[in-house]
Amino acid sequence: MTQYIIRRLLYSLPLLMGVNILTFVLFFVVNSPGDMARMQLGQKHVTEQSIANWKQQHGYDVPLLWNSDAQGEKKITDTIFYQKSVGLFLFRFGVSDSGRNIGADIKERAWPSLAVALPTLIVGLLVNICFALLMVLFRNSYLEHAGIVLCVILMSISSLFYIIGGQFFIGKILRLVPISGYDDGIAAIKFLILPVLIGVFSGIGSGARWYRTLFLEEVEKDYVRTARAKGLSETQTLFQHVLPNAMIPILTGVVVVLPLLFMGSLIMESFFSIPGLGSYTIDAINSQDFAIVRAMVFLGSVLYVIGLLLTDISYTLVDPRVRLS
Amino acid sequence: MVVLWTDALIYLLIVVMLALGLYLRGKEHIKRPLQQIGSSKIGMISLVVLLFFVLIGLLDSVHFKPADDKKNEIISLLDDWATPLREHGEKTYSAPFATMLYSKEMMMLADGSMQWDYPRLEFGGSHLDDPETQRIRDILQKGFYGLAQGVGLTGLFMTLYLCIPTLRRGNTVRVAPAAGAVVNPSTKAVWLVLFIIVPLATTLIHLSAYYHVFGTDKVGEDVFYQAVKSIRTGLVIGTLTTLIMLPMAIIFGILAGFFRGWVDDVIQYVYTTLNSIPGVLLIAASILMVQVYMANHEAAFTSVIVRADMRLLFLCMILGVTSWTGLCRLLRAETLKLREMEYVQAASALGVKQGAILLRHILPNVMHIVLISVVLDFSSLVLAEAVLSYINIGVDPTSYSWGNMINGARLEMAREPIVWWSLTAAFVFMFALVLAANLFADVVQDAFDPRRSGNE
Repeated sequence: MTQYIIRRLLYSLPLLMGVNILTFVLFFVVNSPGDMARMQLGQKHVTEQSIANWKQQHGYDVPLLWNSDAQGEKKITDTIFYQKSVGLFLFRFGVSDSGRNIGADIKERAWPSLAVALPTLIVGLLVNICFALLMVLFRNSYLEHAGIVLCVILMSISSLFYIIGGQFFIGKILRLVPISGYDDGIAAIKFLILPVLIGVFSGIGSGARWYRTLFLEEVEKDYVRTARAKGLSETQTLFQHVLPNAMIPILTGVVVVLPLLFMGSLIMESFFSIPGLGSYTIDAINSQDFAIVRAMVFLGSVLYVIGLLLTDISYTLVDPRVRLS
Repeated sequence: MVVLWTDALIYLLIVVMLALGLYLRGKEHIKRPLQQIGSSKIGMISLVVLLFFVLIGLLDSVHFKPADDKKNEIISLLDDWATPLREHGEKTYSAPFATMLYSKEMMMLADGSMQWDYPRLEFGGSHLDDPETQRIRDILQKGFYGLAQGVGLTGLFMTLYLCIPTLRRGNTVRVAPAAGAVVNPSTKAVWLVLFIIVPLATTLIHLSAYYHVFGTDKVGEDVFYQAVKSIRTGLVIGTLTTLIMLPMAIIFGILAGFFRGWVDDVIQYVYTTLNSIPGVLLIAASILMVQVYMANHEAAFTSVIVRADMRLLFLCMILGVTSWTGLCRLLRAETLKLREMEYVQAASALGVKQGAILLRHILPNVMHIVLISVVLDFSSLVLAEAVLSYINIGVDPTSYSWGNMINGARLEMAREPIVWWSLTAAFVFMFALVLAANLFADVVQDAFDPRRSGNE
């Protein structure tokens, strides 16, 4: 097991390197730092001097890959690639274009993100599974048909509608919870209710439908028929036999997204002005702060790779047929 | 005529689809699923709705420079027909069917005194002398007229549809089969939908000549016009993205599955790397780069519409790059399975070249996966556009899209009285398109997926 994990970790290194090179190419080769400086300083009436100043301030005034003016090992270290991209591997995110320390920002902002994303995931999972189980229990009836139609309709509504509609009805008309904002500690709960509720609701359509197909696949299998032949009632087979088996794909599907929960949800956080990583990213995109976007891209892919690893491990834990080799 | 980049790709898409249709015409294994789709009520209804959207999108994709125009604008056929809508701008917000502006203004009365009141709209309901008393009656009257037009038009079509086969055969005894075709449940459903859509459309069109049926937005532009114009953007994103990513996904997926070994490793590495970057961030990064590029090469983009079009195309490409991995993985798995099938083994034992095996035996047998995923992706892409536009990494802010409409209107919910019409129009149009696409995707999946046939 340990050996397998180590090997998987080694496998993920080239992946992260690929991501790193890709972002490097996107951010520095496709558009030179000079272009970025011009973008930041405004298009018109920018002097060469102010561009040079900006580049020096942000450390973009060295060559991309190879510094032929420098001495010894500085030939490599005094380059943008070394300073801006390699450091990411050690989670040294550096300083944002507006001068803040990205690493500290990320540490601080990951928790609010998690506070929204984790309850959304758990409640959503429970609701979706219950809904899907109900549909399977009443399969081939009008109830199921109504359920499927409801799912398709829920799926077809834009998530923006849920957010805007929810904020409007629950926040503005009923005045049950504040429309947006965030607070430290336990006081945050009243701000979290609405985003979690809306997040769960907007996921029901696709989630319940997907779980329904998983359950249906399981229901067709022989062991279920055997269970019925033994004389178990339909609810008993469903809860004691089908549910545990169908939980395997569901749980492993959840494990992939677990690490990514730290990243938060982009639109949710910005609509509800929660100071998480999602709104951090959006702010960076809107103010065209490339350093932050770069850091978030890398962080996101690291978390995804961890998620993949966790998935593989969880497979072996829940499904004895899968062996790590 | 001016052909924009996305226009050209749309034409290409149509040509490809026609060619594919001709090629597959009469093939037995395609006929059965097609018949299944044809006999499904939901399938045909959603298809009609989709085709209606596509028709509007196509009208909006034929661009030209009007001969008598001095502003050097590029407009589409749809714009040309909707010229009154396009030019009848008000000052600012106005509610649907309103005759008064949303906000009060200082006005000069006939006797020279000033008054603080809601001014009359410049165009909406301007033909009425006394809006208070006449408005409702006038709307009903005009609406009924438009409705009657639509019903008459559809009725005419239906009569033609029923008569043409009869006339062609030249005798009256043969009416029975044609009438029978109408009685077929799915055909009946299609006519029913046509009888709803066409009169609805004509009513809206007729009314929009006199009123702003969905109100006007902040700068006084007609919301109905915006919503209709956004159809093209939605369709372009939903279809061109797949057109761009398909070759990549098919080629890589099949090659990885067929050759295995190092080819497989490389391709798997590439798509896992792309996959591991969170999609939104990759899109954001690329769009930022495009913005920088465009800002630095302003000379290359001569007009606003060309610029917006380029950005739309870039967005499609980037969405394509981020979304091909899923299909590629599916195709790889399917090819891995297929290459062990007996007929493939037999072909290679008989000395058929690898290229020929790929083209003749593998490719046709994975096409159902491609088709299903294309139809399934469509609706999620349309929905994604709105979200991306909201974070400012979607289509160009100057172009019409539902995302831009929502983005522009969402802050107006806080006003008193609330400005709900822009949001509602965008959501209703988007909902109609996505719902139709989702329903149609379900039917297509049922018809083409071999695992699904039998159950349900």
